[in-house]
Amino acid sequence: MTTTVPEDVLLQQFDAVIARNDRIEPRDWMPEGYRKTLVRQVAQHAHSEIIGMQPEGNWLTRAPSLRRKAILLAKVQDEAGHGLYLYSATETLGVSRGELTEMLIEGRQKYSSIFNYPTLSFADVGTIGWLVDGAAICNQVPLCRTSYGPYGRAMIRICKEESFHQRQGYELLMTMMRGTDEQRAMVQESVDRFWWPALMMFGPPDADSPNTAQSMAWGIKRNTNDDLRQRFVDMTVPQAEALGVTLPDPELRWNEERGAHDFGQPDWDEFMQVVQGNGPCNRQRIAHRRRAHEDGAWVRDAATAFAARGTS
Amino acid sequence: MSEWPLYEVFVRGKRGLNHVHVGSLHAADDAMALHNARDVYTRRNEGVSIWVVRADAIAASSPDEKDPLFAPAGDKVYRHPTFYSIPDDVPHM
Amino acid sequence: MTATVTDHDNAYADLLGSDDAHWAFGHLPEIQQGEDPLAGVDTTVPAGLDPAGLAAYCLFLGDDALVMSHRLSEWCSNAPDLEDDIALANIALDLLGQARLLLSRAAAADPSVVPALPEGSPVPAEDALAFFREARDFRNVRLVEVPHGDFGHLVARLLLFATARLAAFERLTAHADPVLSAIAAKGVKELAYHRDYAARWFVTLAQGTDESRRRLLAGLTEVWPLQAELVATYDVAAETGVVLDEVLAAAGVDRPAVGPMSGHGHTEALSRMLAEMQVVARAHPLGTW
Repeated sequence: MTTTVPEDVLLQQFDAVIARNDRIEPRDWMPEGYRKTLVRQVAQHAHSEIIGMQPEGNWLTRAPSLRRKAILLAKVQDEAGHGLYLYSATETLGVSRGELTEMLIEGRQKYSSIFNYPTLSFADVGTIGWLVDGAAICNQVPLCRTSYGPYGRAMIRICKEESFHQRQGYELLMTMMRGTDEQRAMVQESVDRFWWPALMMFGPPDADSPNTAQSMAWGIKRNTNDDLRQRFVDMTVPQAEALGVTLPDPELRWNEERGAHDFGQPDWDEFMQVVQGNGPCNRQRIAHRRRAHEDGAWVRDAATAFAARGTS
Repeated sequence: MSEWPLYEVFVRGKRGLNHVHVGSLHAADDAMALHNARDVYTRRNEGVSIWVVRADAIAASSPDEKDPLFAPAGDKVYRHPTFYSIPDDVPHM
Repeated sequence: MTATVTDHDNAYADLLGSDDAHWAFGHLPEIQQGEDPLAGVDTTVPAGLDPAGLAAYCLFLGDDALVMSHRLSEWCSNAPDLEDDIALANIALDLLGQARLLLSRAAAADPSVVPALPEGSPVPAEDALAFFREARDFRNVRLVEVPHGDFGHLVARLLLFATARLAAFERLTAHADPVLSAIAAKGVKELAYHRDYAARWFVTLAQGTDESRRRLLAGLTEVWPLQAELVATYDVAAETGVVLDEVLAAAGVDRPAVGPMSGHGHTEALSRMLAEMQVVARAHPLGTW
């Protein structure tokens, strides 16, 4: 890079933008560490949207009403759209979608651990909307103010659609709870399976999260993992009561002194296992994505060849 | 393996408004880019005017006067203007 | 929703802004969201029309849309690129919307077509028709039910289907039943897009690489024998032929030298497809979703 301004001056200017809570834009100079951290985080987020199509897509062909089938298909389609917005944001940082897809299917980049759990009943479609999208919203709303402009703008759109999805999921569960005993049992069983993995979505406890401090200093992250987890629990408990389901945590209770709920810790060993690739569905999810990408190669090549012919 | 080029998408939601940058996508050529834009950014909402332009065909200057990067922008992929919103008061955009 | 959820939304409302027009959001049309696709529509069958005949015709049109939509939805998360994943989902959603309207129209015109469910079942008529009929009672053509192959197969099947259905819907906009004609008018715009999508890919694959041409021709040869039943059922042989010849010429592709598949009714694939599609609904005949 040719530049006439010394790096320490550039860094001062960068720090000043961050300090006044302003946005960094694609053409601005940025420290290499900032760029790398962003690429990792945004790519991980994009991959999560794309891999996240699979667990819900698993029920597309079995949705029990035409209305639910349409709602589910539109939702999974939104996830493809979110992935596309986020891959676009990473492209402003100099990494193409193709490169990121390669890194995903080679296991060099990660995605949210939640999508490595299976969907075993149709109630899971509702639970994912309520708990998983709910947790995602808690994580993502603060990111609308993240310091990198393209990421923040993508998040604004995504958050709008996610809150819509969360409502849809909750509404499905409410409807099922008004149905038969079997349906109510399906909902409870689903919530039992997803509660702890949903809490894991906020990442390890702050004490074990080495990157959090730097990310917060750079304004890439706006809250710590534990803050967001607490916010999610406090938000979800009254929703569970209204729904009539029990959250599977014997330690869960209101703490008057703190003005917040006390709750138990997820199994962090299990979390580490899932992150390291040994969750119930890790291999299946990656194999699916790899197959779709590789099966599509001849189509993408054909369009490229056809376009080249048109302009030559 | 070839990757389709990147396009920037501008949408005019209704008559009387400017086209606004809404995002980007990949397509093999202009025709495919327009179709993809219709699917991805308007979900086929009719009455929406769409512009697409290849990202590498956009000339751009930095919004910051103190911009230190005097080198030509074209050789730096990461500086292409994806998600760069055009202000509403720029005429004919 | 509970008050808590609303509070949470409000807390972030400022952050998210409210200039929706800016983003040209696409949301599911209301017709797809609603409980009853024909809510508020006068479904009285006009005098002079045979309700049973109208219902049977709407069932055929609805079943074709439902089964084709189902096959397309199997592509979700499997398309060659994200842009096409989104485009295929749009097409599947359009057809699902058509299916909901047409099955509801059939049930309203002649309630006797709706299978009987246990007393107290809250299942609406459209779902009783989709999820509680046996394969032999489905009236769809065989083209839409055969299992999906690769992208070349998809493009060939979609081109044949959308071309025939569009021709039929253009005619149906003048149908004596105002409900069916309104459904057709809405569908014409959608189907014109589907045909355009398929035709563009048809030409692209035909002229792209050797491999893409080989795969497209293989797909076309596989679905071509089912085309005769399709155009006969829709009664659009002439209109369809003109359009297809145009696309084939642009692609530099000859009509496959394979004869029409004989017989009628269904292939072995339909009951298998329905077993999957209906499994949850049938396990809960008193369930509400």
